[in-house]
Amino acid sequence: MSIVEAAPSRFSLIRPWSIWRRLGFKTVAGSLMLCLVIIVALLAPIIAPVDPTAIDPSNRNRPAGYTVSQRDDDGVLSERVALLGTDSLGRDLFSRVIHGSRISLIVGLSVAMLAVVVGTVIGLVAGYVRWLDGPVMRVMDGLMAIPNILLALTLVSLIGASLWAVILAVMLVDIPRVVRLVRSIVLSVREEPYVEAAVALGSKTPKVLRRHVLLNTFAPLLVQATFLASAAILLESGLSFLGVGLPPEIPTWGNVIASGRSTFQVYPQIILYPALFLSFTVLAINMLGDGLRDTLDPRLAKRI
Amino acid sequence: MTPILEVRNLDIALPRGAGRTLAIDGLNLSVAKGEILCLVGESGSGKSMIAFSAMGLLPDGVHISAGEIRLNGEKISAAPEARMRELRCKHIGMIFQEPMTALNPVMRCGDQIEEVLRFHTSLDRSSRRARVRAMIERVGLSDPARMLRAYPHQLSGGQRQRIMIAMALILEPKLLIADEPTTALDVTTQAQILQLIRDLQQEHQTGVLFITHDFGVVSEIADRVAVLNQGKLVELGDRDAVLETPRDPYTKMLISAVPDYRTTHRNRDPQAPVALRTENLGKQYGRRFFSQGDPVIAAQAVSLQVRRGETLGLVGESGSGKSTVARCVARLIDPTAGRILLGEQDISRLSERQLWPIRPKVQIIFQDPYRSLNPRQTVGASLIEGPLNYGVTRQKAIERITTLLQLVRVEVDALERYPHQFSGGQRQRLCIARALAMQPELLIADEAVSALDVSVQAQVLELLVSVRERFDLAMLFITHDLRVAATLCDDVAVMSAGQVVEFGAAGQVLENPQHPYSRKLFEAAPGRSFRPMTTHDRVRADHQIQPNIN
Repeated sequence: MSIVEAAPSRFSLIRPWSIWRRLGFKTVAGSLMLCLVIIVALLAPIIAPVDPTAIDPSNRNRPAGYTVSQRDDDGVLSERVALLGTDSLGRDLFSRVIHGSRISLIVGLSVAMLAVVVGTVIGLVAGYVRWLDGPVMRVMDGLMAIPNILLALTLVSLIGASLWAVILAVMLVDIPRVVRLVRSIVLSVREEPYVEAAVALGSKTPKVLRRHVLLNTFAPLLVQATFLASAAILLESGLSFLGVGLPPEIPTWGNVIASGRSTFQVYPQIILYPALFLSFTVLAINMLGDGLRDTLDPRLAKRI
Repeated sequence: MTPILEVRNLDIALPRGAGRTLAIDGLNLSVAKGEILCLVGESGSGKSMIAFSAMGLLPDGVHISAGEIRLNGEKISAAPEARMRELRCKHIGMIFQEPMTALNPVMRCGDQIEEVLRFHTSLDRSSRRARVRAMIERVGLSDPARMLRAYPHQLSGGQRQRIMIAMALILEPKLLIADEPTTALDVTTQAQILQLIRDLQQEHQTGVLFITHDFGVVSEIADRVAVLNQGKLVELGDRDAVLETPRDPYTKMLISAVPDYRTTHRNRDPQAPVALRTENLGKQYGRRFFSQGDPVIAAQAVSLQVRRGETLGLVGESGSGKSTVARCVARLIDPTAGRILLGEQDISRLSERQLWPIRPKVQIIFQDPYRSLNPRQTVGASLIEGPLNYGVTRQKAIERITTLLQLVRVEVDALERYPHQFSGGQRQRLCIARALAMQPELLIADEAVSALDVSVQAQVLELLVSVRERFDLAMLFITHDLRVAATLCDDVAVMSAGQVVEFGAAGQVLENPQHPYSRKLFEAAPGRSFRPMTTHDRVRADHQIQPNIN
């Protein structure tokens, strides 16, 4: 092992052990877990044995591993094992949960990206243009004063339930967090001598922001984005659970959990399995974010 | 008689991957009772490591690998932590460079000093209080009652350092370790603190290990001097012997790099065009939205003038407004009164858009070389940014920078690298190259050499002199260091509380100051009497360090 460690750092980059050490356990484990979820989501139509919206009244509330027999349109009887059982309308739980991962990931990723982009622009402007700082930040404070779920709920009911409405609502909730973070970084970076030097070199404001300020927000934003993604996934599930998210026939984890709520005490599996998937995904993203923060933290930056 | 502190064949090992294997290599030295030993060296020489090892406070991964440290004959280099805790404060006191970070910000100063007594003595509360009060009076703090109640942030730097000294000496330790205790202070405060340390030390016959990089301070306070280079002791002897007749080449180089207080007289061209003139320049920070308080006057009625090819030194203590003037002239901030004439044009009221064509004419170099270059950009990208802004093609810009890099003596392959791969001196050279790439008429240097070691400082100063001549630059040189001002400046303006109190030719102002404040400032400067070497020696030494490139 000592030979590996003694190797010049340039080359040690390509050694798996060294990558592991640089990134840390949490980053590696988190990204592997997240990759697994992403693969499942991408291959959902292939992995899922049946249509997640197909209703089968003869096989309702079956436990996991139950052998379901079905007669197709031609009257041929076929048998298959329902891995996670079926819900109260006889829909295959495994297919629904697998398809649900697609919605959750789309919501999580797009909210994180949109919130970061929009929030960064607002934060840069608020931090760099002195007279805009007060008004913009007071609006953000106002947004943050309203509880997340309440704000998202109101927005969705205003716009109408659809995937984009949910994404938009959850994003609006998250923007103030990004704005605050970006603004605080801009406020400290704008006093750095290299920013003043750039002004003296005749660089105009947009260029100064792009080349000198924006780059410095990258690391903390990356960390923030992961936490935004997991929070967005949870919030979307919450909205669906409350019945204000996506329409109930669309398989999202929140919807699946909601459909099992009334029969929870008799058939706990309907809630259990989607909840496990949800926890696993959120855990993966949070671990990734935690690991990234440890790696990218400016106080530890000398290590890398 | 046994010395108070004795260090024998000390090796301190650094963790793998550090620049060198040993922070301290085979060190032998001792501090006798009632003696001040000054430990001098440049950054990275390992001088602080000696202080930490004597206190038993070496950072993780760093350890004593050979040799021993004895305090009053007791071996402390392998003493258990419990014993070290007893020894600290009681037998070894310590003062650090930055008193703000050394004091607990959420605890009253009086309580912090009292805590020392609570841990190390069995005195009752009232006698502890009385002793703390007496000590506060002893270190020369007026209004002791207020000082006892004050939190560190409510005090000035000098007052905080006095509190630190009170805390370090309240148990009358036999050894005091002072790690750059006056480096963060203004000269007038520095002089008072040095005097205080000297007085207390003589009163109690304390042995002092005084760590510094400043030969002026050494000449004021030292009995003996130890010079450290790369962890090795290169010279040890009486103050006068080391300062006046150094034997080791490294010591010679260090001492010759210290600028002299005597001004160098240059032939000046009285007909040279005026590059910069300020008339009653003022900057006031007013009340803003949602903010309370009276407006702060940072600069007031500042009238200065610099001709092409000449240097104006702006000297003063921290908070005197020198940087405000510099930043107004560079129009990084907007002045609130007066005029700034660049050549014939008044730039004080120009909008950002009107200012843009003029920006290249005024360039600025900052104090901290570690923050002057964007850490996330290659040096090349930072250096060609300016020329690219003004329509120079990429290829032309790189050519221009390449020539300048040769001038400032940094390897040309620097363009591909990132700032953290360079030393402080190299970065400051890169910043000079960046400024020169704009072909300025006025170069502002805001404490540009203050953060550098003396030998590096001498080289950068020499570089500044050579570019001033080569490009016929006007230079506005801001510094708190009178030695540096004397070396470089033709004119000197002394600032105090936002105003210029004295302005004139350097020789006149520095050698025969008229204003009482200037006199006070100059008298406080450490080591006035210490004149490193004759000019002839200096020139020769300079050539040894860095051969001139024409």
